[in-house]
Amino acid sequence: MSNSLTRSLPKNSSAVIATARLIAAKDLRVERRSRVLLNQVLPFALIVMVMFAFALDSDAVLERVAPGLVWLATLFSVLVMVSRSFAVETADGALDQLRSAGVPAAGIFIGKMLALMVQLMVLVALLVGAAVVLYRASFSWEGGVLLVTTAIAATCGLAAVGTLYGGLAAGAKGRETLLPLLLLPVVAPVLIGATRATESAFGTNGIAISEGWPWFGLLTVFAVLFSVAGAVAFGPLLDD
Amino acid sequence: MSTPTSTKVSPRDRVTGTPFTRGLGILVLAGMVLLIVLGLFVSPADVNQGESVRIMYAHVPGAWLAYLAFIVTAISSAAYLWNRTRSLTWDRIAGASAEVGVLFMGISLITGSLWGRITWGTYWTWDARLTTTAFLFVTYIGYLAVRGLGGTHQQRARRSAVLALLAVLEIPLVHFSVELWNTLHQEASVAGRGTDVEMDGLMLFTLFLGVVVFTLMYAWLVLHRQRSLALDDMLDDSGLDTALTARRAEGMSR
Amino acid sequence: MSLIAHEPSTDVVIDLIDAVAVLGSFPALAGATLLVRRGEIVLLQGPNGAGKTTLLRLCAGLIPLERGQGHVLGVDLKNDRELVRHRVGVIGHNNGLYADLTVTENVRFWGRTVGATQGEVDAALQRMGLNGRLADLPVSRLSAGQKRRTALAGLVARRAELWLLDEPHAGLDAAGRDELDQVLKLAAASGATVMVASHELERAGQLATRQVEVVAGQVREVGAP
Repeated sequence: MSNSLTRSLPKNSSAVIATARLIAAKDLRVERRSRVLLNQVLPFALIVMVMFAFALDSDAVLERVAPGLVWLATLFSVLVMVSRSFAVETADGALDQLRSAGVPAAGIFIGKMLALMVQLMVLVALLVGAAVVLYRASFSWEGGVLLVTTAIAATCGLAAVGTLYGGLAAGAKGRETLLPLLLLPVVAPVLIGATRATESAFGTNGIAISEGWPWFGLLTVFAVLFSVAGAVAFGPLLDD
Repeated sequence: MSTPTSTKVSPRDRVTGTPFTRGLGILVLAGMVLLIVLGLFVSPADVNQGESVRIMYAHVPGAWLAYLAFIVTAISSAAYLWNRTRSLTWDRIAGASAEVGVLFMGISLITGSLWGRITWGTYWTWDARLTTTAFLFVTYIGYLAVRGLGGTHQQRARRSAVLALLAVLEIPLVHFSVELWNTLHQEASVAGRGTDVEMDGLMLFTLFLGVVVFTLMYAWLVLHRQRSLALDDMLDDSGLDTALTARRAEGMSR
Repeated sequence: MSLIAHEPSTDVVIDLIDAVAVLGSFPALAGATLLVRRGEIVLLQGPNGAGKTTLLRLCAGLIPLERGQGHVLGVDLKNDRELVRHRVGVIGHNNGLYADLTVTENVRFWGRTVGATQGEVDAALQRMGLNGRLADLPVSRLSAGQKRRTALAGLVARRAELWLLDEPHAGLDAAGRDELDQVLKLAAASGATVMVASHELERAGQLATRQVEVVAGQVREVGAP
């Protein structure tokens, strides 16, 4: 009897992909309507960048640490964005509904991860622009290529880990403080890798662009590992 | 499944010690005494560092235990998830090991920090091993926080097992990135930290003894803690029996 | 047009024998025995804390079966409860809607989780009376009753065979409640099975084919209303 049921169950890979597309589209549509990223997160990140300038109070220092500040501001914003991403699901019990509808968990994970990644790319683009304007950073065409590829790998890794731990903390008591505690140690490699790669792209301290590519490799490994781990682990995490 | 149908707690079950753990405990005590004598008094001071080298006898075993505890938690978590029937014993071993591991990680970090201060003048340095240990420490605190989130025993077990396995993924990545960061930095300040100690035979033996005694102590602590966790869970379950009876009686009276 | 797209496969929809389910360590369901057949509309009555919600969640495959036996739509709740989920629709105190999206977008989303066509989505909206000017309103602008109907439209679009509803009449005015009853009766007539937990004893006659009482985690038959 369970054979006929498993046949009717949408658990194959095309179902996962279809689910991922559905959920990613839904998340982005929600963002387009509610504009939380646009109206709240981006201004927050920009203010963080300005605050850094107040705290560090030296143009020379700012120019040197610009890459680090861009990714620090990104990390802080990720916490807020992940929280928001799951608040949308738990507000009216939609995540419960998704589970109770038997929607494949891996599909939910990939969908939310992709939507988060798109939003993060927008954020990083803005923050790099802010670094150029506020901290006098600059980059060549080649540096730009490194920057874009780094951003793709880094945001993919952050989105994967964020969605995974966000799912774990969703609906749990004390989750606002639990999420940063869980998430920040895990994304340390992304902070290190993305900052070093961005340093090369900006040419900070005379570091050559070629030195940035190994870091891009590290970021890619991180992104792949956690994307796969997330797709596998999300189901068990969501279950009761 | 794994829920016991009869949850009577016998008098024997209320104690977490067995002849084996008592023997183990005596061994640990004797070993600790020997370690203290050798470490603090009998073994020679270092040529370079003087008496402060004795911190090593607590620090190195502590660090070793921190990583051993981590490995045990990871393996137990995998065993819990792997096993079709999801035996909660694996979950309790993972939890007990994590608690003890956090303790030893704390010891390792504090002693290492003090040792660094005395010997090299700094409480901290960003070398890969130290930084990774600090990250492991924080990760485990997060792990213990998640274990305390509540819900059924199986829920707790599943969440923490997934978390522990993710940590297995995360910790090598952190270690690798920090190491890569340091080698490229050309700032490898206190190179050879912790290894530039000339070890004579007795020091080596004491260090080895320290590792063995601490490992036995870890085993003793985990065995007891795992059993007390089992008793906690059994209490919850037997509470279920009592609560079931009470609820049914409530139904009868309506 | 039938609300359910495919033919049902078994006659017994819910079969619980001495089922125990816990919330934390509290035995919310303390040995429930219940048999429900296809097409029935079962009204679950009982005081607060009696275990009605837990019973619904158990039948939806959302919580584990701690002790006893349970089968829903032929699926063994002890080992395979994940497999029953996509055939069951649960609407509880929440509606499972996305507040920023419109009614149509919500229903289309839920329909798409099982690959429903736009035609099926439109039909679902029409059945629930949501295809007029309400269709393009964001859900946040809707009244409680309209949100409830949107959630049910989602169940229709998803072709759920078993509808488990927790206090669905709450927050609805008299007309809204009548409408809801009509919809539920039509769903049952088309092959779905409906189980409703409700305080509304007056509704029993209009809606349910069978009444069941949940008291202190156990189930008692009350009979046909």
